[in-house]
This record gives sequence, structure tokens and C-alpha cells, in this order.
Amino acid sequence: MAKIKVPAPPVPDQLKPKPKRPGKTYGPQTPVEHGAEAGASTVGWIDERTSLSGGARWMMFRKVPKGTNWFYTLGSATMFAFLSQAVTGVFLAMYYDPAPKGAYESIRHINDDVFLGELVHGMHKWGSSVMVVLIFLHMGRTFFFGAYKYPRELNWVIGVVLLILTMTMSFTGYLLPFDQRSYWASIVGVNINGTGPLVGPYLNDFLRAGPYFGATTLSRFYSIHMLLVPGAIAALMGFHLYLVARLGTTAPPWLKPKTAEALREEEVAA
Amino acid sequence: MADRKQIKSKYTADRQIPGAFEGETVTRRAFMTTTGQVAGGVAAAAFLLPALGFAFGPVFEEYHQPWQVVGNTEDFGPDTYVPRTINLVEGIGDSGKSTVYVRKFNPRVDQVMKKQDEYNNYIAISTSCMHLGCPVHYVNAAQRFICPCHGGVYDFVGKVQGGPPVRPLDRFYTRVADGKVLIGPRFSVNSELQRFSPRDPGEPLDGVGQYLYPSTPDLRKIPGTGGSQ
Repeated sequence: MAKIKVPAPPVPDQLKPKPKRPGKTYGPQTPVEHGAEAGASTVGWIDERTSLSGGARWMMFRKVPKGTNWFYTLGSATMFAFLSQAVTGVFLAMYYDPAPKGAYESIRHINDDVFLGELVHGMHKWGSSVMVVLIFLHMGRTFFFGAYKYPRELNWVIGVVLLILTMTMSFTGYLLPFDQRSYWASIVGVNINGTGPLVGPYLNDFLRAGPYFGATTLSRFYSIHMLLVPGAIAALMGFHLYLVARLGTTAPPWLKPKTAEALREEEVAA
Repeated sequence: MADRKQIKSKYTADRQIPGAFEGETVTRRAFMTTTGQVAGGVAAAAFLLPALGFAFGPVFEEYHQPWQVVGNTEDFGPDTYVPRTINLVEGIGDSGKSTVYVRKFNPRVDQVMKKQDEYNNYIAISTSCMHLGCPVHYVNAAQRFICPCHGGVYDFVGKVQGGPPVRPLDRFYTRVADGKVLIGPRFSVNSELQRFSPRDPGEPLDGVGQYLYPSTPDLRKIPGTGGSQ
């Protein structure tokens, strides 16, 4: 087949690829080639100094058992729900005022005046329920697949602590809009804590910073909600994930271990 | 074996450690390890202890509630309650306010204390439900206090008549000065209406309840006002 020779478009001399100079045949030569390599060379620069790629590969490219299915994504889904809460929470904190006289008004301002405020507040509000639901689904998956058994007991325990911390987040976050529902629900919630014998009354006074819902109760809940507990959750989530990568995941219970043919004949004979 | 014993001697000089002093038993490595751990512990305690004290301080700090005028003595009769709003917490607007039901002491329904005191001439009932703290309201037709949350019902003097509450409604100290009725700190009562230091809702005071749910240092009854009422 005859090749049709298309005339080259008129390109200014500066943009024409320069012929490679003798002795410089390795690596990118032109600005365009440098641009194309920029990502890889940045990663290479960092990796040369940190050796992080080994850890990343260890985390990301794991062997997973046969039969791994969509139920195994519930843990990641919970993590992304947490990340969504973290990001929207950080931006809500830019407008929120944790003072008894200003809290309700600042939430009204977020919902009514701030651009996309109602959306971001809504994502945070509904996202909290999503996170709790996902945690229970994840927990159910772990339970029904028997994935809490040796050697993963510690990861189950960490997961339970994460569940309790998430409940703490839900409890402390509920007060923050400071409307009637928040206020009375938090009073009831604090008094439920108080029904714990011996320590209950002291726990109540700690949560309220005194005998009554006072000037600093709201900021105390806010601090627990956005600093103390999220930090603990992030740290434990990291450890939870480390153990998942370290121990691997379990096969679904309906996949029975297969005996090799040769051994099977022995089994039958015996 | 004899050689091993020699090496295990507690004196560093016997263990052939270079630069050992006569009679020295702590190796420099052990000394540095201990010093490092102690210094780290001191440094951590230096910020952790003040921070924890800061967070837990309010639990041990006594809360003083000022006496507040709620009306003249003739505003309150012995047969029905008059709602009055008081400030439980100053400076936080409406969320620091609470409703209190006030009436005059009524010898027909109120037990006369063996040692009648100045705080009992008017009865001030707290509106915090003793189940979990929802606001109760007084229904005059039924002469009952009723809680909207979980159906707690209290009789005219605040004793539990039904529902989940664990003790009668809390009360406030009252006293009279210059023809005005003043309301002071809150106190809790058991089912015999004996005064106790204030407890939170949901904490029973009968039987072992008063020991299982101790009063906390930040809110106490006026000293010497306990006993039967």
C-alpha cells in the first residue's frame, strides 16, 4: 500500500524537536517531555528520600481471598463517611459559634445565608446517620463472615472502640445546633450517663462543666466533638487499617477450603 | 558456673565494665534509660496534669446560686401552684432559665417538719422530671405534674404517682424577706420528702440509692437542713 506523504505543518523552529545530542540519550530532553515526566519524577524524588512506595505497595496491592465481594467494601465506605464528616465539619467550624447565645443564630446563618451552607450542613447532619448505619453493616459483615476470629480479635476490639467513639460523636454533635430538640435531647442524654452508679454523677458534672447546662457546656461538647474524639478515631482507624493489611482478609464462609485431589483420595480411603 | 556468677555480680567493677567506679552497681546504660524515662514522664505529666485538672475542675468547684425574688407573699396561695421563671445559670440567656412552681406551705398536704425551719414556708417545685430531666408542667384540673417525654406523673406535693421517675420532684429552698418570696438553691427529696443534696434526674434516693448516687462537690444542700420534713 502506498503511503501518502502529508506535508508537515509549518512549525516554528523553537518548537521543533531537537535532534538528540550525542551522549545525552537518556531521560527527557524537551520541556514537553519534562512535563510528561513531571508526576513520575516528583514521586521518584519523594520516594528516594522517604521509601514510602514500599509501604504504599504493601497496603494497596494485597492478595485477597477468592470470593471477596461487595460486602468487603463496607469498612472503606465507613472510612469515606468519616472523611466526609471531617471535611464538612472543618468547613462548618468556619461559621459556627459555640456560645449559648450565638450557636442557634450561627446555624441559622449557615442554613439560610451562606452559599451552599444548607448543603454542607445537610451532608454533615445526614452523613452522621450514614456513618452509623455503615458501621453496623460493617460490623454485621464481620460477625456473620466470622472475620472476628483468630488472629483478628484485636481488630474487632478496636472496631468496638471506634463504634463507641462514633456514638460519642453523634451525642456531642447533637447539641451543637442548640435548638429545643438539641437542648432537651442532650439533657436526657447526660442524665442517662448519670444513671451509672458511683461514677455517673461525676461524669455528668464533667460533661456539663458543673451542675447545670452552663456557659461552657456547649463549648465543651464542641471541643470533644471536633478535636478530642475525631483525633482518636483517625488514629484508631489507621491502626485498624494497618491490622487489616497485616493480617489479610477472610474468605467468605460459604467457600470451604479445598483438599488437594491426592489427599482427598486418602481421606476417602480412610 | 563459677565464672558466670562472677559476671552476674551486682558491682560494675566486677563485671569488667570499662570506667567502673568502686562500689558502683548501676550501669551507665541503665542509668541513662531510667533518666530518659523519668524525664519523659515528668515532661508528659507537666502538661497532662494541668490539662486534666483544667477539664475536670468544674466538677469540684462549688456552684453558688443567688437568692432570687419571685414575687410578694400574697401572690402565692396554699392550694395551687404559680409558675415563676428563675435563672439557674446567669449570662447565657434563655437556656439558663428554668420554671419553678411556687405555693404557700399547706398543713393539710405538707408534712410538718419535726424541726420546722425558715426554708419551708413556701414550697418551690423544680420542673425537671426525675426520670431524665425533661420539663414537667402542672395541670391544675388534675392537680398533677405531668412530663411530656415518657409519661411521668407526680401528685400535688411532687411525689411519683406513675411512669418511670425514680424519686419525687426536686425542690428549691425558699425564704421570705421584706414581704417578698425568695428562691435559693435546689435540693432533692426521697419518697419521704426528706432533704438531700441535689442529685441529677434518674438517680434514686431511697434505700441504697443515696449511696450509689453520691452528691457531687459542686452542688450541696444548705448545711443542717436535712432530716424529715
